[in-house]
Amino acid sequence: MKFGVIQFPGSCDERDALHAASLVGDAVLLWHRDHDLQGVDAVIVPGGFSYGDYLRAGALARFSPLMVEVERFARHGGLVLGICNGFQVLCEAGLLPGALLPNTSLRFVCRQVELEVVNAQTKWTGACARGDRLSIPAKHQTGRYWAPDPVLDELEAGDQVVLRYATGNGFNGSARDIAAVSNRAGNVVGLMPHPEHAVDPLTGSVDGLRLFRSAALLAV
Amino acid sequence: MRARVLIRPKAGILDPQGQAVERALPALGFEGVRNVHIGRLVELDVEDPALLPAMCEQLLANPLVEDYEIDGLRRRDADGSHQNVGPDDPRRSPA
Repeated sequence: MKFGVIQFPGSCDERDALHAASLVGDAVLLWHRDHDLQGVDAVIVPGGFSYGDYLRAGALARFSPLMVEVERFARHGGLVLGICNGFQVLCEAGLLPGALLPNTSLRFVCRQVELEVVNAQTKWTGACARGDRLSIPAKHQTGRYWAPDPVLDELEAGDQVVLRYATGNGFNGSARDIAAVSNRAGNVVGLMPHPEHAVDPLTGSVDGLRLFRSAALLAV
Repeated sequence: MRARVLIRPKAGILDPQGQAVERALPALGFEGVRNVHIGRLVELDVEDPALLPAMCEQLLANPLVEDYEIDGLRRRDADGSHQNVGPDDPRRSPA
């Protein structure tokens, strides 16, 4: 399994994402101005502050040339994971439903959160079981997931809610405690917490590795 | 043409910035303020104002969570100075 991690101007978690992916497969860095996904099997849109969060978080990165390729790749079933700013980019690009708004506290929050696996059938959660709890750090100021109520109903009915903040762990005001959603096909997943920061016992948890392993297990 | 676009959170979506300001005003003695909402103002010179709605839909606003209002207020003269254009002036962009 070959993972590609996109670097935008202002990305800051691409190195950790590369490291996490390299623990379960091969990983290469992709430059946002390129037009070539270099034959990767999975794309990771990492965290950070692409384009300085100008205008809206994720709004400008979606127009990077490589994102055109990512959209085509995703629509053909390619595996795409958006983490934090990457989640915002995928929502802005229309690859995932909804939007991320400023935390209700208006503060940047950095803390370890407990997540509950709601859907273990996506390409990025297959190595988990429904109801599993994952301890993963979150660090963001614009992570309040929002979509209109009918869309939220549809997401729940269609198993597109992938992870929720476990009871007592929601801190950003996300609708229905949603921490991660997928597209209908389950090949594109976005989440606000950072699985790539939870892959080594040194930093307290290896639960994040399960998302990368889920994708790697799909390799033939 | 000089245009400006006002972007604000959609009605019904929690606006914590607006709430914070609404709470702060009475603390300074300003009473009777309600429904404070905070958005963005984008000012731009545009050759064809008919393109503004598409610009708003595709980039300036996120139509899922934000409403926008387009206002063409001033034209830019050849010398670069801005002249006010009245509300009935045909040079004003469609709202």
